[in-house]
Amino acid sequence: MIAQPERKIALWHLGVAYTAFLIGTLMGVLQVFIRNDALQLPAWLDYYQILTAHGVLLALIYTTFFIFAFFITGMSKSLGSFGPKVRLFSWIGLWVTLLGTVMATVMIVAGEASVLYTFYAPLKANGFYYVGLALVIVGTWISSFALVGHYMVWRRNNKGQLSPLFAFMTITTIVLWIIACLGVVATVLFQYIPWAFGWTDTINVELSRSLFWYFGHPLVYFWLLPAYIAWYTIVPKLLGVKVFSDSLARLAFVLFILFSIPVGFHHQLTEPGISNFWKFLQVVLTFMVIVPSLMTAFSMFATFEISGRKKGGTGLFGWFKKLPWRDVRFTSIFIAMAFFIPGGAGGIINASFQLNEVVHNTLWIVGHFHITVGTPVAMTFMGLTFWLIPYLTGRRFTKRMQRLGFVQIITWSIGMLLMSTAQHVLGLMGAPRRTAYSGYNDHPSAMEWFDGIISNHVTMAIGGTILFLSAMILMYIVIMTMFVSPKAETPEQMVEFPLAESDMSNTPKWLENWWIWIGIAAALIIIAYAIPLTHMIQHAPPGSKGFITW
Amino acid sequence: MHFHKYEKIWLSFGIVSLIVFLSVVGVSAFSQNHTPSGGMDTIDPEKVNETAPFDNPGVTQLDEDTYQVAIVALAFGYNAPDLRVPVGKEIIFKVTSTDVVHSFTIDDTKVNMMVVPGRITTKSYTFEEPGKYLILCNEYCGTGHHMMSTEIEVY
Repeated sequence: MIAQPERKIALWHLGVAYTAFLIGTLMGVLQVFIRNDALQLPAWLDYYQILTAHGVLLALIYTTFFIFAFFITGMSKSLGSFGPKVRLFSWIGLWVTLLGTVMATVMIVAGEASVLYTFYAPLKANGFYYVGLALVIVGTWISSFALVGHYMVWRRNNKGQLSPLFAFMTITTIVLWIIACLGVVATVLFQYIPWAFGWTDTINVELSRSLFWYFGHPLVYFWLLPAYIAWYTIVPKLLGVKVFSDSLARLAFVLFILFSIPVGFHHQLTEPGISNFWKFLQVVLTFMVIVPSLMTAFSMFATFEISGRKKGGTGLFGWFKKLPWRDVRFTSIFIAMAFFIPGGAGGIINASFQLNEVVHNTLWIVGHFHITVGTPVAMTFMGLTFWLIPYLTGRRFTKRMQRLGFVQIITWSIGMLLMSTAQHVLGLMGAPRRTAYSGYNDHPSAMEWFDGIISNHVTMAIGGTILFLSAMILMYIVIMTMFVSPKAETPEQMVEFPLAESDMSNTPKWLENWWIWIGIAAALIIIAYAIPLTHMIQHAPPGSKGFITW
Repeated sequence: MHFHKYEKIWLSFGIVSLIVFLSVVGVSAFSQNHTPSGGMDTIDPEKVNETAPFDNPGVTQLDEDTYQVAIVALAFGYNAPDLRVPVGKEIIFKVTSTDVVHSFTIDDTKVNMMVVPGRITTKSYTFEEPGKYLILCNEYCGTGHHMMSTEIEVY
């Protein structure tokens, strides 16, 4: 078990994460009922406030706090206990991030920031909403530097050695995160905050959008890579085998640093101010992430097959039956991976230059991120939660909780399948995203969208309701394993941190030379962004004043 | 670094498909002009109503086979009177905004344009079927976002 102070830091992160999860999922279920006109909000609450809260609390806050809980536990486990400075800065990071979260949430609840989590200018929220978001980022940087400091101490004490795989992957994710945040920090600090507080009159809208999306795409990899860490380092242990290939795992991760950042324009394909050449160049770079994704898929299935055959599975697919399906820690993550197959394919469609016009800003996109971040990432985090909380609290993960865990992941899968399929189909027919209930004055085209077997007002509401029930079961498991379940007394009752062995004997040293990867990433970012961003600044139209349209 | 033989096959297959796929997209984009909406023209967002072509929004015939449609998007509607265009002719849509970001999206077509204040978004499209098409905003723009729509008639 890891040292008590780190356990406390990690548990606090999980506490905040699941508080955000509780409120965020409640906002989600309200939306599906407003959208089918079954629910009228009171006058002081607006659909777009709820939508903003749902996005911010789940996509930004739940993920971030969970990720740091996982990193802090895993870094302490694989590199040893934190020193006093690392502990101190981890706490400061937590409090700063939490302060930012509270500030942003208060602004949303007060109706001062119904600008959604993308906060596109010239919608102008209260300045403190942007300050809150900036503090969230600064807080994560403090926590990140604490972990980097811990890693550097380990490297100094273990000269010439490769770090353990978990630590390497954590640092990769942090490097990606820091580089990605530069864009959003630049726009919030130099554009939004001066403008929102009235120190400047106008804002360069296209520049703010481009800087946001410079951050917005690697943000999704910041969610995804911790899930990949679990797939690479936790899953093999659950299967009783080693990591398939240490060097390929590391190579896949550094490729994500290179190809997840210089690609933000693929979120802006249908907008003016960026020439087709630069849009297409970033489309090409976007598709490069397919290479490490295919490597990951190969590693996963190789791990499954090796394990299944070791347990006596024969024939072409006999190994599949030998996988530990009764272990909720494994089955949850397996379902998460399965959802990522259509999720990833949908991503390829979205980024496909012309094809993007068919789906851009439709409900298809909403369906897409519910089967990427909403299931592959979130369900991996759920699968981790089942053992992470009892591991940290020293409580048991009882048989009853394991059964409930199965109920939870199965209901989540069913709910998500219904809701996201409905959203995908509705989007393909043209129904827009981010809208309250509307039939566009009963326009026949709009009526047609909701007339299908899957694409109707009911399917999405049923899916959303099942998802909410599933979320409440998870909250019950979280509360039980955090505060109520009996303490583990015998070694068999102790919950372990299942970290697989990884054979590093054939791993080349240059994979852990960060300057190579940061250098190539910087070069790619300059190639992809320097000219179009300079053009946006030099040939900017007169800026926009702020508008409060809610 | 050791790559398993099957992994080499798997990755080669993946990379080759990727190259083929991107070539198809690229050739279609740049030699056949299948590019998404966009454009590099700028405009003063506070002087939209005095600037051509938005001082006279609506349909203008440019020549025998080409029509231009100028539209001003604003919270929560479109300033675009009398939208009627012929089937089978090239229609060039030019859209800008006087306030926040909107979209100009025609249901059942590939016209799906982001509208950014200070910029003019352009898209060329040829309707193949006559009828009344729903136009809507699919970028969140405020309380009335889900009411922001209009119609275009293709004859």
